Parts: sequence; structure tokens; C-alpha cells
Amino acid sequence: MRPLDTAYMWDLVPVIASYVPLTLFMAIVAMAAALTLGSALAIVRVLRVPVLDRIVAVFISFFRGTPLLVQLFLFYFGLPQVVPAMTGIDGVTAAIIGLTLHFSAYMAESIRGAILGVDRSQWEAAQSIGMTQGQLLRRIILPQAARTAAPTLMNYFIDMIKSTSLAFTLGVTEMMGAAQKEAAGSFLYLEAFLVVALFYWVIVETLSVGQRRLESSLGKAVAR
Amino acid sequence: MSCQIEITGLVKRFGDNTVLNGIDLCLEPGERVAIIGPSGTGKSTILRCLNWLDKPDQGTIRMGDVTVDAARATKAQILALRRRTGFVFQNYALFANKTARGNITEGLTTVRGWSAEKAQAKADDILTQIGLADRGDSFPAAMSGGQQQRVGIGRAMALDADLMLFDEPTSALDPEWVGEVLDLIRRIADGRQTMLIVTHEMQFAREIADRVVFMEGGRIVEQGPPAQIFGNPQDDRTRAFLRRVG
Ligand SMILES: Nc1ncnc2c1ncn2[C@@H]1O[C@H](COP(=O)(O)OP(=O)(O)O)[C@@H](O)[C@H]1O
Ligand SMILES: [Mg+2]
Repeated sequence: MRPLDTAYMWDLVPVIASYVPLTLFMAIVAMAAALTLGSALAIVRVLRVPVLDRIVAVFISFFRGTPLLVQLFLFYFGLPQVVPAMTGIDGVTAAIIGLTLHFSAYMAESIRGAILGVDRSQWEAAQSIGMTQGQLLRRIILPQAARTAAPTLMNYFIDMIKSTSLAFTLGVTEMMGAAQKEAAGSFLYLEAFLVVALFYWVIVETLSVGQRRLESSLGKAVAR
Repeated sequence: MSCQIEITGLVKRFGDNTVLNGIDLCLEPGERVAIIGPSGTGKSTILRCLNWLDKPDQGTIRMGDVTVDAARATKAQILALRRRTGFVFQNYALFANKTARGNITEGLTTVRGWSAEKAQAKADDILTQIGLADRGDSFPAAMSGGQQQRVGIGRAMALDADLMLFDEPTSALDPEWVGEVLDLIRRIADGRQTMLIVTHEMQFAREIADRVVFMEGGRIVEQGPPAQIFGNPQDDRTRAFLRRVG
């Protein structure tokens, strides 16, 4: 067994670090979009909006039932062959769209569960004082559901960050892609992938600390 | 005397279970009406239909100048009806993400479009009336059942509704909190607020009601002044029920 080339690893740190913003950019944009879409899907499900409800159910089932990698290939390589508007799509955009759709399906289910977890009588109380469906969702139900769903949604965000590494299969040079290129030149695969793994680990751990803080402050707010 | 609130031929079915079977009821301005009767008889359903929490199948409801026909109620009519009725729930149903004050101001700011300051001032006045002037910033989870129900009543009071609906407002409460809630309702009744109260507190009904309505099987069996209903009931079913509840 050869010793680890730690000097090489140190040299890689700034290289990989320069790709952290791209990884975070993809994750944050996709997270914001997935939260919005996921909430909308959840509301359609909860209100049992005619027709749309059925479509959304199939959408959720498809995006939860197939691998993210397959979905990304579909968007990047498959759809442009039949949808002319998508021919010029770049890897980053395709990755963001794929991550958004994939995670929105999961988030919709946990947001839906959280909405249904709010006591039914609060819906009725809100209706009884004359609030519209939109008002009562926005002011009463969703704030409580958000609190319940927050830990799960945070886990999806962490999952999302790790999943951005799949963008490398669409030709995007993000953290994983950069490590792959470096390794291909130096043949020091172990060192290169170890460095990128450590990067993901540190990012995720940092977020987990934030998550625990958030949860304990939310816990306090609920217990009061 | 003319009716302020007039219910005509109200029918409500759940599947093939006819829960309200043609209810006619007229409330004069300032009249306080108590509904009594065995459980499962449709008492809550009447109140819920008046607030359109349950959608009646037939009949009309008139409140002041708003008339709603169950068969062709529009969204605007339903909202108009809701804005004229205040509903007090058996289990309080407070908004868990709002403080006591927030529960009271919500209908004023969000529904009526009042400014925050104006709504606050009104809420503080109501908090004083319900004896919770110092608990305005408390969340429901930090309050006793009695306090929560008083906030529930305050939330309904804030709407200055034509009609207040109370659905067994004390039956979810521990006995120690019943008195303070009844006291508050008694004070509202003393202000000649038109109200419809479903209650199993017979003594209370006798005390505050101008009229007592006895229901069974989705119909009004008998109604009249408390002295008559409790002292000299005409129908066998009323007599049997009153004997049972003692
Ligand atoms: N949402 C509902 N779905 C089906 N049946 C219901 C529903 N709500 C009430 N009921 C039925 O309607 C009847 C009357 O209920 P309710 O008005 O609550 O009675 P009460 O308040 O007099 O005890 C009961 O038999 C009850 O089971
Ligand atoms: Mg009832």
C-alpha cells in the first residue's frame, strides 16, 4: 500500500473550493424552486382540486418512483430530441430542473402530511370568521405546517446538496467534476475523491449544526 | 315581531342519513335561544349550517338583508353569512400559531381589512372584557382550557356579529373552568346579543334564554319560554329527555 499524497491533497483544496459556490448555487436555486412547487402540489392534493389532483398524483408518483439519475438523463439527453426549445439547454439548467422536479415530489408529500396534521377545527374556525381558502392557508395552516415539516425539508436540502454531484454526469464541472478531472490527470484517484468527499462532509455537517439549532429554537417556540 | 334571523325548511343529509329534517326558526333582535336535546340529534349541525361549515341541502337562511338559498348559494353569500355570525366551538379551535390577541385581531385585519392599530385597540378592549387583559401575548398552548375558551369567545365577539353561535361551549372543559366561561356568556347575553346556544347545562339555559328549543331526531319537537319547557313540557319526548338529564 502506498502512503496518501497529502501534499497533493492540500494543493487540491483551493481547486475544489473554487467550485463550492456552483454546488451551493444549484442546490439553493433548486431548493427554492422545489419548495415553491412542492407547496403548490401539496395544496392541490389537500384541497383535492378536481382533475389537477389526479395529474399531481401521477407527477409525484413518477418522480418518486424513478431514479434521479434517470430523470436527469431524460431532461438533458432525451427531451431535447423531441422538444426543440430544449436543444440549447446547458447542464447546470438541466440539473436544476431535474433536482427541482425530483425533490418537489418528495417535499409535496411531507408538506401535505404536515398540512393534514393541523387540527381540522382550525380550518373551520378560520372559515367561520370569514377567511377565504387562500387566507386561511397562508395565515393559519401553512405557518404551522412549515414548522412541522421544517426538519424533513432540511434533510431534503442536505440530500439535494449531495445530489448536485450528479450534474457531473451532464458534463457540468462542479465539485465532483473538478475532482474527476484532477484525478484523470494525476492518477491519484483516492486523494482527489477523498478531498471532494471531505468537502461534502464539511458542508453537510455545517448545515446539520444549523439544523439542530433551528429545531431547538422551533421547539422552544412551540413549547413556549 | 319581525325576525332578525329566519331559517326556513332547513334540511341536511349526510349520505342517506337525514340529520336535519325541515327546521324552521325565527330569532327576534336580541333574542337568546337555547337548543337542548339528546346527542346526535342535529343541534350542532344547525349551528354549523348557519355558518356554512356544513352545507345544507335545502332551505333558506335569512340574516338581515342577506338571504341564502341552500340550493343556489354563491361564494359571496356564504362569506356574507359567515361575516354576520360568530361561532364558538366546543373544543375552542384557537389558531395555535397566534397569540390570544392575534386570535382576536385575525378576523379584523385579514377579513375586514382593518389597520393593525385599530384591530389591536379593539382586541385589547375585548381582552379586558373576557378577563385576559394580561394574557394578550400568550399562545393557546400556554393557557388553561377556560382561558382558551374565553379567547374563542373573544374571537367571535370581535366580529360584532348579528348572531353568535355557541356549540356546547363548556362541555370540553374541566369542571373547574366551566363557571368562568358561563359567566362570560351570561354577560354577553345580558348585552342582548342575539344568540343561539347549544348546551347541556340546563340550569344555565333556563337562566339566560328567552326561549328554549327542544330537538330530537332532526326536528324541533317543542319550544317556548324556559319556564314552560322546563316547568310544564307538553310533549312526551321533552318530558322523557328532561327526566333523563335530571
Ligand atoms: N361530517 C359528518 N358526516 C357524517 N355524519 C355526520 C357528520 N356530522 C354529523 N353527523 C351525524 O349527524 C347527526 C347529528 O350530529 P350533530 O349535529 O353533531 O348532533 P348533536 O350536536 O345534536 O349531538 C349524528 O348522527 C352524526 O353522526
Ligand atoms: Mg353537538
